[in-house]
Amino acid sequence: MKTSYALLTRCMLLAALGAVAPGALHAQTAEAVKPIPPMQPVPSTVPGRPDVPNAEVEKQLRNTPPLPFPLAEEKLPLSDLKVPKGFKVEVYTSGIANARSLRMGDKGTLFVSNRLLDKVWAVVDRNGKRENKVIASGLDRPNGLAFHKGTLYIAEGTRISKLENIEDNLDNPPKPVVIYSDFLNHQSHGWKFMGIGPDNKLYVNVGAPCNICEPPETNSQLRRINLDGSNPEVVVRGVRNSVGFDWHPETKELYFTDNGRDWLSEDLPNDELNRVTKQGQHFGFPYCHQGDFTDREMGWGRSCTEFEKPVALLGPHTAALGMRFYTGKMFPTEYRNGIFIARHGSWNKSKKLGGDVIYVTMNKDGSVKSYAPFLTGFLQNNSYVGRPVDVQMMKDGSLLVSDDHGGAIYRVSYDAGGKVAAR
Amino acid sequence: MRQRVWRVITAALAAAVFSATAILAQAAESSERLLDACLACHGDAQRGALPNVPALGAQPFDYLTIQLYMFREKMRVVEPMTSMLAGVKDDELKRLAAAIAKLPAPLPADGPTDAARVERAQALVVQHRCNFCHNRDYSGQQNVPRLAAQREDYLLKALRDYKSNARRGYDATMDDVLYPLNDDHFRDLAHFLSRQR
Repeated sequence: MKTSYALLTRCMLLAALGAVAPGALHAQTAEAVKPIPPMQPVPSTVPGRPDVPNAEVEKQLRNTPPLPFPLAEEKLPLSDLKVPKGFKVEVYTSGIANARSLRMGDKGTLFVSNRLLDKVWAVVDRNGKRENKVIASGLDRPNGLAFHKGTLYIAEGTRISKLENIEDNLDNPPKPVVIYSDFLNHQSHGWKFMGIGPDNKLYVNVGAPCNICEPPETNSQLRRINLDGSNPEVVVRGVRNSVGFDWHPETKELYFTDNGRDWLSEDLPNDELNRVTKQGQHFGFPYCHQGDFTDREMGWGRSCTEFEKPVALLGPHTAALGMRFYTGKMFPTEYRNGIFIARHGSWNKSKKLGGDVIYVTMNKDGSVKSYAPFLTGFLQNNSYVGRPVDVQMMKDGSLLVSDDHGGAIYRVSYDAGGKVAAR
Repeated sequence: MRQRVWRVITAALAAAVFSATAILAQAAESSERLLDACLACHGDAQRGALPNVPALGAQPFDYLTIQLYMFREKMRVVEPMTSMLAGVKDDELKRLAAAIAKLPAPLPADGPTDAARVERAQALVVQHRCNFCHNRDYSGQQNVPRLAAQREDYLLKALRDYKSNARRGYDATMDDVLYPLNDDHFRDLAHFLSRQR
């Protein structure tokens, strides 16, 4: 008690001194201690362009596209690729630079698209010998393909066109006929994925024209149109960029992958697998990511409860792209009605993740039970030796996988008896 | 006066294209001759020769290969580039790209530097992370071009063309980055980058 009293007195005395002669005290401090420099006006970063403090880390975060040339077949990383026991992976065809979306024709023609380049290819199998032919070129990011009753539909950056009776005219293909072109022209997420729904309509993604922004009304949606290009309708909103979707073989519900925003963090957000149960649903972009947190820039005043939640989180920045339900008979029964998803692999992450095909096991009620790696090995020592884009089941139940870095298509088959399934 | 300057430039361009085409016709097989044809319009690699035509020196090999490929495939239609590269084989494209990549880096623009514009441009570079892909010294890498000491008029044209979609990128990165930027920003950036060493 006595000590405290003394301290208090001393404090009061000092305070009084300060009050009497502030100038003298300040002068003394200024000489003894360096003054705090005025705050530097640091230019604040814009949404999606954060500071990365280290030039070495910057180098690991660059999104480097492949050169426009395919790898020679002997340079493909076939020996690095791993599949579960009983499965086998082989090169189906090579020499298709920037091989992207895959679709099978009714007569067994495989169609392959480009995103960075301008071509659509047909791969014809003649007794095990495969021939690759360009059936359309001079196209603008023709990533999206759909096939229906003899007609191939191509979705480019700003239009959808069709090639009728294409399998009968592979050597002399007609020019694509445009059926729909009501899209904004933007490079960012301007390429499309496309499919034919159980309602025989064309479904197409219309991506956000940015990494993160308030998208125009016309964007960040899945849209559907009739096969002649008429009657466009919004299916769902709040989609950043979906490059893969398919319909459940029994419930006919639409499931789609969606790529999460870049430059938020190494670990967030996850890419999503979503399930559409009602037309007009909103899946969160740009306000809510992965169903459970709001965006650091666009999410203020919003809540994730306003939006649909994903049915699975597919890893941060993994670029979950092409997906198909497996309905074939070649693979073991536990693969029936589950989903294969190609993960192109992260670029916006210093330690890369993905670069594989995963298998998603479903519950009876349409929810997701679990997922596990299926085809791996494209990621070696933190760099990609190939990057899977799309998956497509063949008539025999084997699975094709496109690789847009190597310009190749791989085929995964299963042999229950120990001998490789004959083709 | 302005009209006369343009007439001279047009004449020079026509002459250059004519001589370039002639050179190309003489020896289509030789990368060296093909390179001479390039430099007829692009100048001595360190300066450039014509408005809106970039100086080529020290551009990264991948960037050059991709652009040459895009011209050949009409993914970028810019005359005379598209017709000059028509039919040039992949290996020849790569040899040409390798030869151009070895040319000396361009020299920074002459002429006065506007301090206010430089300051604004520096802030933009930080905000939009230009130096993330283009390197901190703007020397470029892989598929990303060198910007340092490039011609100011070409830089401005490239930015405007990316923004208006007149120029298609190989991938979508520039469109993404330029989304929030406008022409005032482009003029400041071109001024600043053309004066970097």
